[in-house]
Amino acid sequence: MKPFSILAACAGFACVSAIAASAAETAPDNVTHDDYGSVAESLTGTAGDAASGATIMTDRGLGNCIACHEVSALKDAPWHGEVGPTLDGAGDRWTEADLRGIVVNSKMVFDGTIMPAYYKNSGFVRAGDLYTGKAAPADLPPILTAQQVEDVVAFLMTLQD
Amino acid sequence: MAKLNITTAVATLALLGGTLGASADENAKLVINGDIEMVTRTKAPDHVPFDEIRSGWTFRTEETQVLQMDDFDNPGMIFVDQAIDNWNTVEGSEGKSCASCHQDAESSMQGVRAVYPKWNETAGEVRTLAMQVNDCRENQMGAKPYKYDGGDMAAMEALISVQSRGMPVNVAIDGPVSETWEQGKEIYYTRYGQLELSCANCHEDNYDNMIRADHLSQGQINGFPTYRLKNAKLNTAHARFKGCVRDTRAETFSAGSPEFVALELYVASRGNGLSVEGPSVRN
Repeated sequence: MKPFSILAACAGFACVSAIAASAAETAPDNVTHDDYGSVAESLTGTAGDAASGATIMTDRGLGNCIACHEVSALKDAPWHGEVGPTLDGAGDRWTEADLRGIVVNSKMVFDGTIMPAYYKNSGFVRAGDLYTGKAAPADLPPILTAQQVEDVVAFLMTLQD
Repeated sequence: MAKLNITTAVATLALLGGTLGASADENAKLVINGDIEMVTRTKAPDHVPFDEIRSGWTFRTEETQVLQMDDFDNPGMIFVDQAIDNWNTVEGSEGKSCASCHQDAESSMQGVRAVYPKWNETAGEVRTLAMQVNDCRENQMGAKPYKYDGGDMAAMEALISVQSRGMPVNVAIDGPVSETWEQGKEIYYTRYGQLELSCANCHEDNYDNMIRADHLSQGQINGFPTYRLKNAKLNTAHARFKGCVRDTRAETFSAGSPEFVALELYVASRGNGLSVEGPSVRN
């Protein structure tokens, strides 16, 4: 039901919904992590879509989370990496706020972790424009949009032991 | 004869492992043409934070490993033949070829690859093999330099490397090169790009782990130039550096830039003790 209504809104009122979304969204620089790195507030105010989150996690051009993490629920997609821990049961081990903090910028939770920050658009050394090897544009977008982060968090919350 | 041995070896591996192609045989021995014994695993030099350093060959599948065991199977050797032609071709305003000064590459280039990059006293700089080749072309032959990471350069590097195959990499890190070496080390540990990844994040902290379909190696460059099955050509170390930095969603450095020269010196030194393998075969 939810995915359907979001799609309809986007198709019917593309401009309106885009403006509404940017007004409600928290910009990367304005995200507040607590002392443990968690982010309590939704970045968009719109509930995440777990099905979309699953797609983002396996898509090489989006999150590509399974490049490093094994996720049993996503075994339809090939090649799960072993750089990071398995995410099975992540929704049991972590709260939604914890998971949001980790996806936004895991270095706020795990000091020095190899994991990239998925909702950050400044403070990089020689940031590039996607995978072109060329310099990044001035308005470099984060790897994932605010809503994509919410979708991934929603999917991770479904991973219960 | 060599062919027969390899076929037998593969058949044996298949029987024993049953996972042919799925994972590397980490303990396989690399002997080329049944003759040149290569050191693919050895004690790490003091400046490298590993117990053991490993050639990228040890991380590859059996199918890929076998391609490097016989020069008739190694597609990189085709480019060595091309480079022999170039070696003997007169080019430029001085009417010289490489052979005019260096005669037969087989004897004159022995051991050269193993010690590059190295300090050039006259120029007062660290020189890679590619820089030296282009210095010869421009200043001795009066010829146009090769594109730093282009096909002609990769082939010439392969011809020079093959004369040192089996010799241990032995790159100096102290004395006049120490400043450049330190710069290379700093680059190795800098987290570049939007993915904020350093060389060390993957090749020091996570070697032997899978990252999606890729089996992460230690990032050793003793096998360069490398024939990659992925792009079906010979690749220089700097071309690979560019690809790696690009894959961190970063603005890369250029092939032949001072940054990549420093990085090559540092990374090459991390492989001191492994055999020169170029041209190697990787996926």
